[in-house]
Amino acid sequence: MSAARLDVWIFVEHLRGVVAGHTYELLGKGREIAGTLGGHLTAVLIGNQVQTLAPTLGAADSVLCVEDERVAEFTPTGYAAVLRALVEQGAPRLILFGATSMGIDLASLLASTLGFPLIVNCKEIAIEDGQVIATSQMCGGKLLCEAEASGESVVLTVVPGVFPTQKGISDHAPTVESPSLPALLEDVRVRVTRLIEPEPGDIDITKVPILVAVGRGIQRKENLPVAEDLARLLGGTICSSRPVVDQGWLPVSRQVGKSGMTVKPKLYLALGISGAPEHLEGMKEAELIIAVNLDPKAPIFDIADYGAVVDLFELLPPLAAEAEKRRAVR
Amino acid sequence: MIPSREAYWNIPSHLWLYVLFLPFLLAFVWGCTATVRRWLRGRPEPRWDHPWTRLGGVAAQAVAQLRILRETYAGILHVSLSWGFGILFVATCMVMLQEYLGIHTLRGPFYLYFMSLVVDFFGILAVVGTGMALFRRWVLRPARLTEPRQFSGFVTLLALFFVVLLSGFVVEGLRIAATRDPWGPWSPGGWLTGLIFRGMAPARLEALHRVVWWGHAAAAFAFIAYFPFSGVLHVLTAPLNIFFRSLAPMGVLPGTGNPEAQAAGVSTIDRFTWKHLLDLEACTECGRCQADCPAWLSGTPLSPKGLILDLRDHLRAVRDHGNGDRAMVGDVITRDIIWSCFTCGACQEMCPVFVEQIPKIVQMRRFLVSQGDLDPILQDALTAMSRYGNSFGQSPKMRARWTQGLPFSVKDIRREPAQYLWFVGDYASYDPAAREVTRAVARVLHRAGVDFGILYDGEANGGNDARRAGEEGLYEMLVEKNLAALRKCQFEAIITTDPHTYNTLKNEYPGFGGTWQVIHYTELLDRLIQSGQLKPARSFGARVTYHDPCYLGRYNGVFEAPRRVLRALGADLVEMPRNRRHSYCCGAGGGRIWMKEATGLKERPAESRVREAAALDAVKTLIVACPKEIAMFRDAAKTAGLEGKLAVRDLAELVEEATVVEVSGHA
Amino acid sequence: MNIAVLLNMVPDLVEELEIDASGVALDTQWLRYVLSESDDHALEQALLLKDRRGARVIVLALDRGDADEAMYAALARGADEAIKLSGIPEQGLGKRATATLFKEVLREVPTDLVLSGVQAIDDMDGHVPGLLAGLLSLPYVGVTRSVDVAGEGKVVVHKEYPGGLVAEMEVDLPAVIGVLSAPQPPRYVPVARIRETKKTRAIAERQAPPVDVQAGVLVRRLLKPEPAERAEMLNGSPEDLARQIVTILEDRGLLR
Repeated sequence: MSAARLDVWIFVEHLRGVVAGHTYELLGKGREIAGTLGGHLTAVLIGNQVQTLAPTLGAADSVLCVEDERVAEFTPTGYAAVLRALVEQGAPRLILFGATSMGIDLASLLASTLGFPLIVNCKEIAIEDGQVIATSQMCGGKLLCEAEASGESVVLTVVPGVFPTQKGISDHAPTVESPSLPALLEDVRVRVTRLIEPEPGDIDITKVPILVAVGRGIQRKENLPVAEDLARLLGGTICSSRPVVDQGWLPVSRQVGKSGMTVKPKLYLALGISGAPEHLEGMKEAELIIAVNLDPKAPIFDIADYGAVVDLFELLPPLAAEAEKRRAVR
Repeated sequence: MIPSREAYWNIPSHLWLYVLFLPFLLAFVWGCTATVRRWLRGRPEPRWDHPWTRLGGVAAQAVAQLRILRETYAGILHVSLSWGFGILFVATCMVMLQEYLGIHTLRGPFYLYFMSLVVDFFGILAVVGTGMALFRRWVLRPARLTEPRQFSGFVTLLALFFVVLLSGFVVEGLRIAATRDPWGPWSPGGWLTGLIFRGMAPARLEALHRVVWWGHAAAAFAFIAYFPFSGVLHVLTAPLNIFFRSLAPMGVLPGTGNPEAQAAGVSTIDRFTWKHLLDLEACTECGRCQADCPAWLSGTPLSPKGLILDLRDHLRAVRDHGNGDRAMVGDVITRDIIWSCFTCGACQEMCPVFVEQIPKIVQMRRFLVSQGDLDPILQDALTAMSRYGNSFGQSPKMRARWTQGLPFSVKDIRREPAQYLWFVGDYASYDPAAREVTRAVARVLHRAGVDFGILYDGEANGGNDARRAGEEGLYEMLVEKNLAALRKCQFEAIITTDPHTYNTLKNEYPGFGGTWQVIHYTELLDRLIQSGQLKPARSFGARVTYHDPCYLGRYNGVFEAPRRVLRALGADLVEMPRNRRHSYCCGAGGGRIWMKEATGLKERPAESRVREAAALDAVKTLIVACPKEIAMFRDAAKTAGLEGKLAVRDLAELVEEATVVEVSGHA
Repeated sequence: MNIAVLLNMVPDLVEELEIDASGVALDTQWLRYVLSESDDHALEQALLLKDRRGARVIVLALDRGDADEAMYAALARGADEAIKLSGIPEQGLGKRATATLFKEVLREVPTDLVLSGVQAIDDMDGHVPGLLAGLLSLPYVGVTRSVDVAGEGKVVVHKEYPGGLVAEMEVDLPAVIGVLSAPQPPRYVPVARIRETKKTRAIAERQAPPVDVQAGVLVRRLLKPEPAERAEMLNGSPEDLARQIVTILEDRGLLR
């Protein structure tokens, strides 16, 4: 294949039979890049009995599906060996991974064993004069680095959540190719012995990507379920500022702030939290902060990305309804 | 006829007394020796300096018992008992003077006025004191005596007191009755007792007298033998402890002599100095420390009394039969106890025998810190202090950011000299709420024409609380850093905002060579108002109350300056029940501001304090003089449901309001 | 067992980051460096292995910023040996070059296990441990929460996935592990002990071997994201607000 054509490969991340959401983000972006330059978009699907997932990858032109029980579970070295063999045959111009637990392992191994340029934590990808230009997010988001990658093939990891999911979802049925597995797998030296479910005890809110936080504005313990329902709907969990924990309405493990946890979720939806500095200290690093408070002067609005001055009890029912509706549409 | 009596009337064989006394004496000596040997197991520490000052302390606190008398009931009780028994003991010795040295103590006016009347009066006093003690133990039962546990021997002891005292009066009464002593009424106690035996046959009186006399002697001897094994031992150890008390201000934490050893703190009982072990033996279990302790009153497992008792039991157990595998730090004194202390100083301020609780706690903290065994939040704060010089983990360059928005520029004292070097401190520099106050202080000083400058990013955390959290190495590092910065500047005196910083700069930095005059901004405001440089233009009529910061008031005696300022502003100052040296800590001290809430906490000290303030009639403002308190009390007012009912304001804000009218009038 | 821990000094975000005149690098004059957080965890992980299983811990770092400070702290915490690589260009090295440099140095440092933070905040052209594993052709697992010895020549690691799911993997030694976090937070080391360490222990200094690396990545420009001002205030009825909020969530891929 010629380097002039811009073939894009997407690594399909899946866990327990479910394709990770950000894979669709990559497919959407990959579609856009491949489309502008007449390239081919390929989704690479590795695992055991995973072909059933291929139809969900319709945004891609084709799916390279490698099935083998030796790669039933993800191992960095094993998957990298498979990918390496595929890449050597297919010579894609651009290989995209999510900047996730699986993606960063694979991207690093692949780029260094094959000598490909790698740019990590990309927030933007563009092609200028055939060159791959990526904007890498550095220093906790305080710095952006626009870099140019030269080489036949370029590996990128992409920050989840920056590209829309919708563009990566399509009803189109991709062609599925099942190349034979290379012999490289004999020397993996990493074996998965088991998968461990999260502890059934209380949730570690520092590791939850979506947090619905309640403050004094929740008023009474009896009001908590409204917020809990919304959190469940958004696939997140509920946490709080100190007064709520002080009242004994939530365990200390849910407290965000100076004397509680420091969290950096993707979404922090602050409901009825005025934003004492002690609280802000624990959540200001959240990627997206949406604050709802009755007091327009509440300091939480100084650090929030979006704010709404409204009674949270009036907002929550339509908010839950709307979220449910939109999800159903998809 | 010269008033007199026979020394050993009716007791011809009284020399047997000494034979009888011998075993009791041996027990006494053995007990005392064992005690002394216990505390001599401690490490050396010089405490012999300024002997006259030390003796003066003994006179004031052991003889005149000034601290004990701070409380009326317990004070009178103790003075009655101690002076009663003291005088009786002296009188007993006087009898021996006559018998063996021929000094006639039982003749003439001395006999009549002192040996009879005065001694009897003190005997009665001792009976009254014992009665008061019994009433207190059985009826009043103050919590500070019963919690966390009560000295178990008190029943035996008080019973012995009664037997000794009453048998003494009976002996005297029998003698008066039997000898028909014409001077009888001069010994009112004995004379009154003697009335009971009126009409009894002389022979029977004599026989009874003999029995009771020997009984009295035996009881007294038993008391002496029991002495070193009971709480009464404090009669000897307390004056010793007062004599050897620390003469340094309470704000000086000991333990910089041997940096390496001190940094590792104290992990076993014999690594304390002998004086700290003497403390344990001197404790009278009165519980005054505990009654004022915010850690105990807020429900944490730390009782300063319990701490001392547990350490004492441990010391004795280790001495007598080993203490199994129980480690002093961790088992005997749990981590929770060690980290519960706010170092507010109330215990030491209240202790009648000058026990030093806080240095012991800090020593054990030093050990835990050396083991990396500390609260993660505290760990972050300490790491931030060593990396950035502030506990907030912010850039040193942001330290003086509060000066932005001031209508004038603040001198960089590193570049130009000023009369005052203002050591602003971490909270006043970085905490958003405290920064408002800091700006108010700056504006007030500027308006009063005070020549001041700040160190900008050259200032680091003063280290007071790092030291009290047990991070001695970090403290020394911060001191070195600050001293180096201060030495390069020209100024006459240092002003501080934070009382904690004030304390260490004033009391501890001199030990490292930094001997400058240090004044708190409330003291400066007081001076400025008195000298007329600041003229309150309008009267601030509101009813307010004032909270004494621990490290300003109790630690450094600055009680009146802020109150004078408030009165000068025309404020109607109402005192909280716990004021001045009894002030109740806000809960931020001793590094506790960087720890998660202590185990067992029932009511946050700050909440208790704002409730106390809000309970005052018509008081709607709590005045503070410490940047940490702004955060602590405003937060507490919210959680206690007092938001809108009780405003927390800094003294400087009021001063600015009262003076700003004048300026705008000119403008 | 010999464990090498690779320590990377990264810009301290406590200070404002300034871009220099060239526009492609940070102004080092205003930069303060700290030990990368995940490297701190990698060190803790190594020390835990040493405490529990016995190991020799060697820390390696490029001479950048206060690397000495971090290395003395590592020695005070329990590391056995510290090697500093000097002769690093002032603007630092890319991650590809760093990995290559460590690869060269590790030739002379006998190692069974290499631990390093899985990623650092200044990563752009890659993450060091993954790149290094590729260069050394060693087995690799990144994003681990714990590493323990599992019999002769093997370690067992816990790799974290989103949502709290953890995969337990057995890795043959020698291997490279990219640590996300240690099972316990990095231990506190009192200042007095670090000071003592500075007096009694030494950091071995080695000239960094020359490496010729073509990362194939060229920085075109550095820029700071637009500072987020006050929140963008949403207006309207509760229903309008709900729609706007859900749209924001959807645009950010947070609705799934």
